[in-house]
Amino acid sequence: MMNNLPWLFLLLPLVVAAIDWLCFSKCPRTAATLSILSAAATFALCCHLLFCGGACTPDAYNWLPCGGDAAKGLSMGLLLDDLALRMMLVVTGIGTLVHIFSVGYMKGDTSNLSRYFAGLSIFMFSMSTIVLADNLVMTFIGWEMVGFSSYLLIGHWFHKDSAADAAKKAFITNRVGDFGFLIGILMTAGAFGTLQFAGMGAVSAQVAPAVLTAVVLFLFCGAVGKSAQFPLHVWLPDAMEGPTPVSALIHAATMVAAGVYMLVRLQVSMGAGAFTETAATVIASVGAITAVMAAIIATQQDDIKRVLAYSTLSQLGYMVMAVGLLAGEAAMFHLYTHAWFKALLFLGAGAVIVCCHHEQDIWKMGGLAKRMPLTVLCFILGTAALIAIPGTSGFFSKEAILDAALEKSPVFFYIGAGVAALTTFYMTRLCLVAFLGKARDHGAEHAKEASAWMLLPLIILAVMAVIAGYGFVADELVPFAGFHAHGMEIGTPFFVSLGALVIGLLAAVIVYGCGKRSQDPLAGNCISTALRKRLYIDCFYDKVVIGFFQDKLLAGIIEGVDTALIRGILVQGLAWATSRVGKLLSWIQGGSLRGYALVTGLGLVVVVFLFVFFHQF
Amino acid sequence: MITLAHYLILSGILFAIGLAGVLIRKNIIVVFMCLEMMLSAANVALVAFSRAQGTHGLPVYDGQVMALFVVGIAAAEVAIGLALIVCMFRARRTVESTALNTMKD
Repeated sequence: MMNNLPWLFLLLPLVVAAIDWLCFSKCPRTAATLSILSAAATFALCCHLLFCGGACTPDAYNWLPCGGDAAKGLSMGLLLDDLALRMMLVVTGIGTLVHIFSVGYMKGDTSNLSRYFAGLSIFMFSMSTIVLADNLVMTFIGWEMVGFSSYLLIGHWFHKDSAADAAKKAFITNRVGDFGFLIGILMTAGAFGTLQFAGMGAVSAQVAPAVLTAVVLFLFCGAVGKSAQFPLHVWLPDAMEGPTPVSALIHAATMVAAGVYMLVRLQVSMGAGAFTETAATVIASVGAITAVMAAIIATQQDDIKRVLAYSTLSQLGYMVMAVGLLAGEAAMFHLYTHAWFKALLFLGAGAVIVCCHHEQDIWKMGGLAKRMPLTVLCFILGTAALIAIPGTSGFFSKEAILDAALEKSPVFFYIGAGVAALTTFYMTRLCLVAFLGKARDHGAEHAKEASAWMLLPLIILAVMAVIAGYGFVADELVPFAGFHAHGMEIGTPFFVSLGALVIGLLAAVIVYGCGKRSQDPLAGNCISTALRKRLYIDCFYDKVVIGFFQDKLLAGIIEGVDTALIRGILVQGLAWATSRVGKLLSWIQGGSLRGYALVTGLGLVVVVFLFVFFHQF
Repeated sequence: MITLAHYLILSGILFAIGLAGVLIRKNIIVVFMCLEMMLSAANVALVAFSRAQGTHGLPVYDGQVMALFVVGIAAAEVAIGLALIVCMFRARRTVESTALNTMKD
């Protein structure tokens, strides 16, 4: 019985989501309490398993037995190694804080809050499924469930067109990646003969390198969709239409982390050798492209959440790049620190937005440092971690990635350093504009400190954002077996990232001053316009992929097939042929008795003839 | 000397005439009579075989019994057939077989 306790990770949120939805849809307080309790309970369970030595092997459920051989069929089991459990700690920990924050954030919201909390719970269920899955099919189920729950949560305010569109966009864009992922899973089954993570390592040496490359790249497609890598990154900034705590949960700590987690899980179980040269290079390049592109776009965003969204993209690019550089350890380290400080930043932004009466434009804020000092302090601690000020958690994890990059290929190292400078620039810009100077709009003038519901999670997260990188915390918590933090090492990466930090800081201070400016001095030229239009990538998808390929080309082909084959040949053609044959055969029924008699007589003669001369009948 | 062959030729001629009548004539009563003629042709053949197969001056009675059966069945058939023809005449005022094509139209 105690052995199967980890199944509660999945069952508890699922049952709570169902109860919230079905029984308490008119009673949001109860629904919220239940959801928070379930998240806290899973967190407690996770702590128990991690720290109280509760190592156990829960029973697997033999889901689809195949050919009488349990190994060949599909089972549903939980994999409770360090990677999974510590990842669960991040997921449930941040999840719990987000649940608590939501109470404060959604106060006074007129939408159905039971639906909201049910969505959060079902999201926790889906994410736990991905993290704890012991085979790829179960991962895929969680994967799709995450897509579905993100759809629910992003579209929570579905009466707003933009939110409904963003939800659809996230869902459909993810579908594109999931298609590749599914192909990858099938290819894995074919090439490895097993979908269990545990059994992959033994076989991977016998698989041909070309097949391995294809398998890994197809599986990577899934991560491209879920972790919002170029070219499927377009959904993530739009997903900011959802409530801010949702952004924190989905788009900082869990959903987008699922892609990186899955890649690292594969790297661990298949062995780093399975990531062939080609596959690794492609993965690292996609990560690097995403990191650079998102960081550049982020420098010209005005919406506080969009800046954070693009910084998420850029940091995910870092992680994927680290996976491509075969440094799964560094990727998970960064994922883990990023989860804390990005959740902090998003929740801080949420608090700022609520206090400014749902104003998200940083140019309409200003002077918030005086009005809500605690929130702003937390936010700035998060920023410090994100821009990797030495001593914060982000610094250590970014160092780990840069170290790995320097070891493997200097190109990626300098890309990483450049992105670090850009990150510093745009985050400093955000803080300078939003928090210093004078209030530029009446929303910011009347801003007050956030309520206790919101401050508590912020403070906890701020503490984690600062200390999470030090060895004594990281060695225990980073989701990677046998992780060992290196601490501060003075070397090339240290000086380069310090240089990037200083360059970014100085540039931002020079351009934006101390919050005295009321509009962006860099705006108004063509580069800025291009960046504000997100480098026209969304536009390209709208016009070319949807407008041309889908609406013209694909629709044309389908219409042609419909007209020619379905309507022309199958429906009308069949009817035509039937009527022709009918007309042709209708002369047989001539209505003349003598004709019938003749045919009958002849038939009789033939039968008799055959009967007599051929004794076949 | 009249041999079996003569009887069979007679039977064949009768049958052919009957068949031709069935195929050619329009009047259903005539067609009907031609049908009877074909049955009679068969009877002739049966009785001829019966005699021809006999030994010691005795025929094989199977054929003759068969002929009697045919006569009996023909009688029953005539009863039904003529009744049908009467009905048809009442309904259509004609016994021409060409008038029986209303199903087609």
